[in-house]
Amino acid sequence: MTDLEVTGLGCRRGGRPVFRDLSFSLAKGELLALTGRNGSGKTTLLRALALLVPADAGAIHWQGADVAADREAWRRRIAWLGHLDGLKGDLTVRENVATACHLREEGTERVDAALAAFELGPLASRSVRTLSAGQRRRAALARVVAAGARLWLLDEPLNALDAPSQAALRAALGQHLATGGLAIAATHAPIDVPNARTLLMDSSPPPGGEEHEP
Amino acid sequence: MSGFTALLARDLRLVWRRPGDVMVVLAFFVVATVLFPLGIGPETNLLARIAAGILWCAALFAALLSLDRLFAADYEDGALDLLLLAPWPLELAALAKCLAHWIVTGLPLAVLAPFMGLLFGLSGEGLAALGLTLLVGTPALSLIGGLAAALTLGARRGGALLALLALPLCVPTLIFGAGAVEAVATGGGFLTHLAILGALALLSLATLPWAIAAALRQAGE
Repeated sequence: MTDLEVTGLGCRRGGRPVFRDLSFSLAKGELLALTGRNGSGKTTLLRALALLVPADAGAIHWQGADVAADREAWRRRIAWLGHLDGLKGDLTVRENVATACHLREEGTERVDAALAAFELGPLASRSVRTLSAGQRRRAALARVVAAGARLWLLDEPLNALDAPSQAALRAALGQHLATGGLAIAATHAPIDVPNARTLLMDSSPPPGGEEHEP
Repeated sequence: MSGFTALLARDLRLVWRRPGDVMVVLAFFVVATVLFPLGIGPETNLLARIAAGILWCAALFAALLSLDRLFAADYEDGALDLLLLAPWPLELAALAKCLAHWIVTGLPLAVLAPFMGLLFGLSGEGLAALGLTLLVGTPALSLIGGLAAALTLGARRGGALLALLALPLCVPTLIFGAGAVEAVATGGGFLTHLAILGALALLSLATLPWAIAAALRQAGE
């Protein structure tokens, strides 16, 4: 059964169409990997799915209901990893992850497991300012895991990660999918998890002269 | 814990970890107000008459000084996306951020101002009125500044633009704040001025969180 149904989605940025007429569906336990050249609209698609960027055509349905009808319920279902880590440099790793849970109005019972999944235990009380880029990325991923959301939206999750951390991300993704979660990840490197499908974002300009519109 | 409390607690904790940012603002207020008696000279009558206006202006500039980082820090490190994606109204998030700003800036300024008023030879009643008007008026400054900070997110030279946007909007608050303190000296109308000041603060509270939230959504696109 498909949980997420995207039909005819189109988006413009600065008057230019980034993508249009994009349709796909995603069922429990599936990962959709977005691939394509730089500027092909992977990030825009993720932001449109999170309703951060308004889509100018098409619809996103979750279990048959339009997600734009109840935005707060939709936000509760998604966990977000942007290309920025969204961490506060002056807070410790644990405080960052716990604060993110509180901002979702959820408890912090999943924080320890999430930190352990990315081997952040020894770094938990270090302030994020003192961490390397890869360690910050792991902390941001731990925040996604701790959110306990059904759908993960990940923008370049493998960025700055070393081989063991990539394996940890695969394990976390595998467990998320195995427990009925869904994930959409924009990525350049393949993510080897079962039930992964790939959506190639076409960066060639769409036919017709529409991109010249103001 | 509600999201509102969590955000307020997070921002206060961030200030606590880095108290220098707030100290600079308060030091600016002290230094700026001390300069006036030094520059004008020991004419007690003149100083007492202009004290309210100067202290209110200095408080306004000090509040604006700290505002350009209000949303910019969250914008730059990606935490703004988490606020936009939090499953509760963004208007409350805007309010929590402005409340945190008021607690670490407006409140200390209102406490500090009567002590600075001593330098200007304000009467005891004048000092009390000054503290009270700042207490009532600074929430409006935090909210107006918050709107300007949200509107200038991502703009180059955001700080100067922020002041240009916020200062005209702060004029009514400034007029009635300083006017209330002067009314104490001239005898009469203090409560009227204070009531209008309170009304301005309530009006800001009732409208600006929505405007700030709209500006933040625009910045998040």
